[in-house]
Formats: sequence, C-alpha cells, structure tokens
Amino acid sequence: MKATVEISVNGRPVRVDHGSTVAAALLAAGETAFRISESGEARAPLCGMGTCYECRVTIDGVEQRRACLVSVRPGMRVVAGPERR
Amino acid sequence: MTRATCEVLVVGGGPAGIAAASRAAELGARTLLVDEGLALGGQIWRASHVGHRAGAARRWVGRLARSGAAVRSSTSVIDIDSARDRFRVVGDAQGDVISIDTATIVLATGARELFLPFPGWTLPNVFGVGGGQALMKSGMPVRGKRVVVAGTGPLVLAVAASFASHGARVQAMAEQAPRARVARFAARLWRTPLRAGQAMALRARIATTRYLTGTWVTRAQGSSRVESVTLTDGRSSRAIECDILCTAFGLLPNVELPRLAGCAVGAGSVLVDDRQATSVDGIYCAGEPTGIGGVELSLVEGEIAGTTAAGASASPRLLAARARLRRDAEVLTSTFAPRPELLHLANDDTIACRCEDVRLGELDRAWTFRQAKLYTRIGMGPCQGRICASALECLWGWPREGPRPPIQPARVAALLAAADENPVT
Repeated sequence: MKATVEISVNGRPVRVDHGSTVAAALLAAGETAFRISESGEARAPLCGMGTCYECRVTIDGVEQRRACLVSVRPGMRVVAGPERR
Repeated sequence: MTRATCEVLVVGGGPAGIAAASRAAELGARTLLVDEGLALGGQIWRASHVGHRAGAARRWVGRLARSGAAVRSSTSVIDIDSARDRFRVVGDAQGDVISIDTATIVLATGARELFLPFPGWTLPNVFGVGGGQALMKSGMPVRGKRVVVAGTGPLVLAVAASFASHGARVQAMAEQAPRARVARFAARLWRTPLRAGQAMALRARIATTRYLTGTWVTRAQGSSRVESVTLTDGRSSRAIECDILCTAFGLLPNVELPRLAGCAVGAGSVLVDDRQATSVDGIYCAGEPTGIGGVELSLVEGEIAGTTAAGASASPRLLAARARLRRDAEVLTSTFAPRPELLHLANDDTIACRCEDVRLGELDRAWTFRQAKLYTRIGMGPCQGRICASALECLWGWPREGPRPPIQPARVAALLAAADENPVT
C-alpha cells in the first residue's frame, strides 16, 4: 500500500501520495487556480520543472513558492488561487 | 548562511552534471554538485514519486554516490562572481543561503521546453510535453483522463506512452514535423543501436491513426480549464475534447547562468572547445546548454567536462563518442525543426508574457526587447523572460537580453546574506 500524506489546500484537507510535489497535490485535489494573474485569469503549472513560475502558491505562510519544486509534508498548509492575497 | 569550498562545482543534477561530478570526484577532486530539483536526475531521469530508477539512470546515480562527490538538492544558483583565481557562487536553498568558493565550475544547466503562444495556451491543464510528464511523475493523477500530446520529436511518443501506462486515455499524438521527414528519421535511427527502441516505437506508431504527423495545435478552448484543443494539418482542422493538453515546440538550452558567468553563447548554445571549456577560464559546460543532443551526448560531454575540470585529459574514446553523437543530434534537430506556421498561431489578444499578462497586440515588432520591457513590463515577472523572451526570439527575432543577478527570484534575506559575504567597496 502506498503511504499517503495529508495537507490542507485553502483550508480543505487533501490526502496525496507521499513524495508528491505540492503542484501534483493541488492538481490531484482538482485545483485549477494556483494563482490569479495580473489580468485576473486563473493559472496553473505549465512547465512542471521550475522555469515558468505559473505554479506559485503560499506554503506554510511563505508566499511565491514554486509548487512544482516542493514536496508535500504532513500538515503543510497551502493557499492557492483567489484565496491568496 | 552556509559556506562550502570545493575544487569542482557542478551546477545541475541531470545526466551531464551527474557524469561530470562522478568523473571529477573519481579523479580525486573535491567535488560538489548543486541542483534545483528535489532529487537527482534532471528532467530526463526524473524518478517517479513512487517508482524506482532503472537502467543508465540507476547506474549513474549509484556511481555518483560512490564517487565521493557531495550533493545538494533543492538549491538554485542565483549568482556567480569571480574573485582572483576562484569563483564565488551563491545559491538559494529554499530559504537558506549557500556561498560556495570553488576553483572550477561545470555548468550542466540542461534544457527547458520552447513554448510559443497560441490562443488558449494560458488555460489550466495546458502543460508542456515534458512538463506533463514531470507533473505525472511528481504525483499528478491521470487515470481516466483524456489527454492530447502535441509537440515534436521522440518525446511526444514517450510521454504519450507514459500517460497511457498510468491509465490516461490518449486521444491523439500530434507531431508537427512532416510525415516524410519523420519516416526518414525513423529509418536512419534503425541503424544506430542505441536508439533502436525509439526507432521501433516511431515506426510502429507512424501507421497508427492516433499518431498524426504534420499536425500541430492552433488553439485550446475551455472556461476554467482546457476542454478541447484544435489540431490542424494545414488543410483541415478538428477539435478534440480533452482534460489535459501537453504541448511544446521543442527544447531550448538553459543558457542564463552561463551568460551571467560571462560565457560566450552562439546561436542559442554555450560555445565550448574540445575539452568542454567555455570562453571563461575555469568554467566548463556540458550537456544540453551546448546544444540539444539528448541523454547519451550529455553523459559523454559531462564525463569530458568533469575530467578536464579535475585537471586530467579525456580519453580518445570519449572524444570519438561525442563526435558521433553530435552528428546524430544534428539530424534530430533538423528533422524536428519547428515549422513556420507555428510562428503565427497567436493573435493580438493572445498573452505573450504570462507573468505580467502582456498581450501580443500591445507589442510593436519594431521595438527591441528592452523597449518592450519599459513600455509594457514584458519579461519583468518572476520567470525573467524565460518563457516570453524565448518565444519572441523565435517569433520576431528579438535577441534575448543578457541576464542579471539574481538569476532566479530570491528572498531579500538571501540577497542580504550574499551581499554581506561580498561587500561592495
């Protein structure tokens, strides 16, 4: 059986495979708005490898982190999309 | 702030970086490898979040571990300075600053995907081709999802196969290169034993209805995420419903860090001599930044760079392998060169700069990139033009600007710590 980890995404509990990135966890949770763009569009990852910065979210209070370059940890709090200031 | 000292610093943990660090450490040089990713392997050898490595990736990662080289993952290099005969390299390790003092550097910064703007390319669930693969390997569930893969080169088939093996329903695989060219390439590949597997896959696929050659994306549609993609072969178009669209237009060497270090670049690639030495004394470069060539060429170049960075001479066998693999790479590049139609997919309303939401219609072709930046903020967001400036270089021939430190967005605390280390006098 695969080990899983529980994190919170905009206050909602989400259980994902251990070893997932935050980006994968948000996609698994059905999140399509990682961030809201300058003109108000919902944006989600494009490159998956740290180049495009479209997957920026707030992780444990630290803003502007690339979700594709961070692994999930139990209890991690992720804020994405319109919930982000 | 962490300090480190080494004789050979390798930047990048893909095949080229792994080979370079292994060779340098095996030759007795005190070697440190830093990599931005969560784990070694770069993109091509990215391990699945649940799987195990196999084949060459496993062998090389094992060899690196035995070589004695130190490794620091999740570390982004943000600056390189030279001081006397040494270099000082500053890295941001997810908040912790690392300052590295080194005698030589091997830059193995890999490649990224080339993205050209088209209507709908900013919709959620539109990923790169390698990008989709990377997200899947990082844990994105795809079972039952309808996926279209549209891009160029052998990666299209590999990624589609990977999605299918994870339970996705691959609706179409589109290759922008013309059918005759792909068929010629497959026939030639057949003769090189290393790539026989790729050749077999290509030849098997060429006849299937879902592998569409001479076919490319023109737009993506959807409201909160992509719902369908329109593909064309230049004569007729059709929309295909999908949950995920993976699309890209080729690969692009990551030359930002080499350029920051002052290395000469020509035609988008870092210029190196027979020893993989760049135009800057003490800095070597290996793998995709010297020209897109794939994993085998990256390994050979990495071995050569690591050997010379440690003060030894590379064997004639390695030099011969490099020459042969570079010839193969040229065929690959010309076969899958992007067709001119791809430069005209965007309209005035299409976003060119995703960070600052600058639309193509806001830009004047007669400007330079610098003027465009000042007038519109294009390229001034966190990706620092890695996506939009690369696209506009293709679309309008705008040369990319020289990068400035920090080469990646960094926290103010990191910049302050780095400045303390090297006070302006």
